[in-house]
Amino acid sequence: MDVIYVLWLRQLKRYWRSRGRVIGSLGQPLLFLLALGFGFGPVFRKAGQGDYIQFLAPGVIGMTILFAAVFSGIELIWDRQFGFMKEVLVAPVPRLTIMFGRTLGGATTALIQGFIVFVICLLAGFRLTHVEQVPLAVLFMSLIALMFTALGTAIASVMSDFQGFQLVINFLVMPMFFLSGALFPLMNLPKLLEILATIDPLSYGVDGIRAAFVGVAHFGIQVDLAMLFVLSALLLGMGSYLFSRIEL
Amino acid sequence: MIRVQNLVKNFGEIQAVRGISFEVQRGEIFAFLGPNGAGKTTTIKMLTTLLRPTSGVIELDGLDPTVHQHQVRSRFGIVFQDPSLDSELTAYENMELHATLYKVPRGMRAARIEKLLTLFELWERRNDLVKQFSGGMRRRLEIARGLLHTPKILFLDEPTLGLDPQTRNQLWSHIQKLNEAEGVTVFLTTHYMEEAERVAHRIAIIDHGRIIAQGSPAELKQQTEAETLEQAFLKLTGFSIREESASSLDQMRAFAQMWQRRR
Repeated sequence: MDVIYVLWLRQLKRYWRSRGRVIGSLGQPLLFLLALGFGFGPVFRKAGQGDYIQFLAPGVIGMTILFAAVFSGIELIWDRQFGFMKEVLVAPVPRLTIMFGRTLGGATTALIQGFIVFVICLLAGFRLTHVEQVPLAVLFMSLIALMFTALGTAIASVMSDFQGFQLVINFLVMPMFFLSGALFPLMNLPKLLEILATIDPLSYGVDGIRAAFVGVAHFGIQVDLAMLFVLSALLLGMGSYLFSRIEL
Repeated sequence: MIRVQNLVKNFGEIQAVRGISFEVQRGEIFAFLGPNGAGKTTTIKMLTTLLRPTSGVIELDGLDPTVHQHQVRSRFGIVFQDPSLDSELTAYENMELHATLYKVPRGMRAARIEKLLTLFELWERRNDLVKQFSGGMRRRLEIARGLLHTPKILFLDEPTLGLDPQTRNQLWSHIQKLNEAEGVTVFLTTHYMEEAERVAHRIAIIDHGRIIAQGSPAELKQQTEAETLEQAFLKLTGFSIREESASSLDQMRAFAQMWQRRR
């Protein structure tokens, strides 16, 4: 327990001390929110779908958490050769404990990042229609954070260097974001796109956040919750297994 | 303290360690020397539970690292070839984390941390972030940290790589002092022969995965009729340069060095 706590705390301290980097990493979501939000706004309205910012904000929040979480997981590649993780991996501590401490820490910082973007969305004109459902939205955000930190850890556990990093970003993380319904509604899509969106874990996260904040859902809150719980458990299990097999 | 018998490690077709045997006595400073790619780091990794041997027997303080993993881990401290500090944390925070990981009793933590940081002349800088430290200070902090849980054995994998002569000299003085004061057994590797000659009680030379000579520095020099350990080493291992192709790890290492210099 002690160990999980100190590993978690360590990552929060690191996050807090690298404020410069935090501000830098807000650039991308901000760009999406402003350029797409205000750029596509008129088209979206003409199509009879209402205010695009209302639709887009939950997607941008989901995207922020996705990227922050995957990166904090993938940081392990560096950390285990040139950083502190090596020290932790030879300590008399079970690997599972280390994995949980690290994943919880990474997920927490990703969640904080998501909150910051949420506040920025509010400033940009995002309005909540179901204020009482904020805790539910936080639950969805936490699940996404946990799930993708575990995914990042799983990937980092089997990758020995950064050669495959571009591959992961371009063929896994980016598609997960673009196909998740973060940017466009999942109604009346071509069949292939619809299938891809259905197997995309982020789809359920974005749908859940949107349902909680503004009351619009594609899959429905129950389906979203169930899918996210199952996927989180699955990825945490996979991450733990692969993490326990790391040889230095 | 350490007993190794017929230790073998194969990576697929490649035989990295081919049946080595040696013993390290309690309180001894033991140097493990060899050219690049001889099998030094692979051996250290097997001794410190990071790699499973293909075959052979290892005993650390009477325990088998492959069976009693956690008990063995709490009995040694290690300083890796590559840095393993958290540079976004302070020196003190790094020490505290280590104390928690190794379950150093709470009542003893503060006193032990203060003692070691003072010994390694880092107490004044305890609240500074490690990223502001020089290479020598980082090394000292890593050694201090490795000793925090009062291990019986200290492993040092090329601890003086990239340090200037003053810092190296000081570092070895510290290690010799500690070896005398706390009786900690030291197992080290280095490429600087004069360092091994100065501090090591006994030396083993490994080449192509086999131990080719063992003994005190004086014995090795006598055997080879050499005046310095460096000459003895070259006579034993030959003059040809071992060309290792650069692995992705070496690339990352080069990048890490570049990155550190920029900060």
